[in-house]
Amino acid sequence: MEPIMAVVIGVIYAAAIYMMLRRSIVKLVIGLILISNAANLLIFATAGMTRDAPPLIPMNGDPLGDVIADPLPQALVLTAIVIAFGVLSFAVVLIRRACQIVGVDDLDQMKENDT
Amino acid sequence: MSPEVALPILIPLMAGALSMAFWRSRLMQRLIGVAGTAALLGTSIWLFVSVQAQGYVIMNAGGWAAPFGITLVADLLSAIMVVLTGIIGFAVAVYSLPTIGRGHETFGYYPLMHLLLAGVAGAFLTGDIFNLYVWFEVMLLASFALLILGGERAQMEGAIKYVTLNLLSSVIFLSAVGLLYGTLGTLNMADIARRVALVEDKTLIDVLAVMFMISFGIKAAAFPLFFWLPAAYHTPPVAVSALFAGLLTKVGVYALFRVFTLIFNQSVDYTHDILLWVAGLTMLTGVLGAAAQFEFRRILSFHIVSQIGYMLMGLALFTPLALVGGVFYILHHIIVKTNLFLISGVVYRLKGTHDLKRLGGVYKAWPLLGVLFLIPALSLAGVPPLSGFFAKFVLIRASIEAGHITITVVALLVGLLTLYSMTKIWAEVFWKASPENKGAALRGTPLSQRHLWLMLLPIVGLAGCTVFIGLNGQLLYDVAEASAAQLLDPQGYIDAVLGEQP
Repeated sequence: MEPIMAVVIGVIYAAAIYMMLRRSIVKLVIGLILISNAANLLIFATAGMTRDAPPLIPMNGDPLGDVIADPLPQALVLTAIVIAFGVLSFAVVLIRRACQIVGVDDLDQMKENDT
Repeated sequence: MSPEVALPILIPLMAGALSMAFWRSRLMQRLIGVAGTAALLGTSIWLFVSVQAQGYVIMNAGGWAAPFGITLVADLLSAIMVVLTGIIGFAVAVYSLPTIGRGHETFGYYPLMHLLLAGVAGAFLTGDIFNLYVWFEVMLLASFALLILGGERAQMEGAIKYVTLNLLSSVIFLSAVGLLYGTLGTLNMADIARRVALVEDKTLIDVLAVMFMISFGIKAAAFPLFFWLPAAYHTPPVAVSALFAGLLTKVGVYALFRVFTLIFNQSVDYTHDILLWVAGLTMLTGVLGAAAQFEFRRILSFHIVSQIGYMLMGLALFTPLALVGGVFYILHHIIVKTNLFLISGVVYRLKGTHDLKRLGGVYKAWPLLGVLFLIPALSLAGVPPLSGFFAKFVLIRASIEAGHITITVVALLVGLLTLYSMTKIWAEVFWKASPENKGAALRGTPLSQRHLWLMLLPIVGLAGCTVFIGLNGQLLYDVAEASAAQLLDPQGYIDAVLGEQP
């Protein structure tokens, strides 16, 4: 499981960075969405993946012997998803306003602040 | 229980929620804005006093013991930073009263300001690395919204760069936290510091160290990924610029100080050497960028970048004296830089432009403002007896003692170029005659005497702080020295958080 996940995560990171390097700001936001998901998967994968085992100790179970998933990465990913959702919805609104004001979907046209 | 650790986070959060409740009443929001930040300043001083007495003040949230729950830890560096947050928050809240327009106020300026302060204070006080990420995001989200409040074209363009780079840095930070958890199985910073020493494969730790360095480096606006800062900081209202200039990048610097003294102190030759290069290049590019600019706030923005270099230099040299210098520099810089931005706002209100070429004659018309500008400007350049002199002096002496002559030369040169920039502003804005041909058209918005004094009040207060630091250098030096001693003794931090280990 882990090797497949590693490859998948790597591909998502690569795709995200490719999208972020495009000139279109819509693609930039797609890149941001992808990269935050890649980071979430990365947390999940590095913390060790346990299949078919909820992060709960069964009633009368042995807390040390039984196989249980680590609940902490799940909590981290959940928090990170919520934060990423908030930030990305802001980003989507931002690019919409920016497109309306500037009138183009092209980062190269947004150089007024650069010198 | 030590409520003073949690209060600097809770008060702004509560104040923010309260101002949301009074969404329709601008008067109440203004009152809560000033009262909330005053309360923040008060509790931050309480925290500072109790940290000075006890060394470390710790609170385990929810009563969960240290490595399992989220811990709030205040050591001297955190306490200093929180006090500065209180000072800047209060000054900016007072300054906002006459300067923030009706449009901004009705769209939630005050709640966002409180949320930003809560995020900043949380980042300074947390002892948990994932919690640090969460506070970073709280702070960033509030800053995003503050940055685009008003919705002008320049703000949008600046915000896209700001948002993208900061999100990228957050993702790198989050990935690094995930990998760190995978390697060590803990998120408590003290516990991480304890277990990092036991890891056999040092290369993995070095990789993680560099990931943290890149992430915090972007947030601190260090070379080479600083360009989001000068693209964005001159676009929002001046009060927002001043708040950002004082606090946001310093959170990144604080995180670097925390992580690279507590956790990644294993291969100092490698990591801190990179930091030293970064510090030197940050200083140089920042100050050269400023020299090329002719817009008041852009010059100041580039100077934030160059001053970040000095702080990183203190960390990178990693000697006791250098760390003292670094802490002293942060302390001095936050006050001075915020003050310069506030002054640029007053000049804008009086003359109606930020463009140096179209400004002029301010000293002749308002001599007091000229003097108030000179105090932070000369302090920034490091002219004795103001606060910047002692900060630079300690750092340069530390670099000579450590035998790094190149960085000494760079630091001195950058100091000189900073003086050049400040003289440029002085000559163009305050000294030269107002350009007559276009001058007639240029007039700031009419400003009542009461509003002018309300704007000058925080400026006078912050200038007073600068002079106070300059004249009582020893007092502040002792505080910085004690805090550097704590930073260089990670074991003390670990013992304080986890209890004495057998």
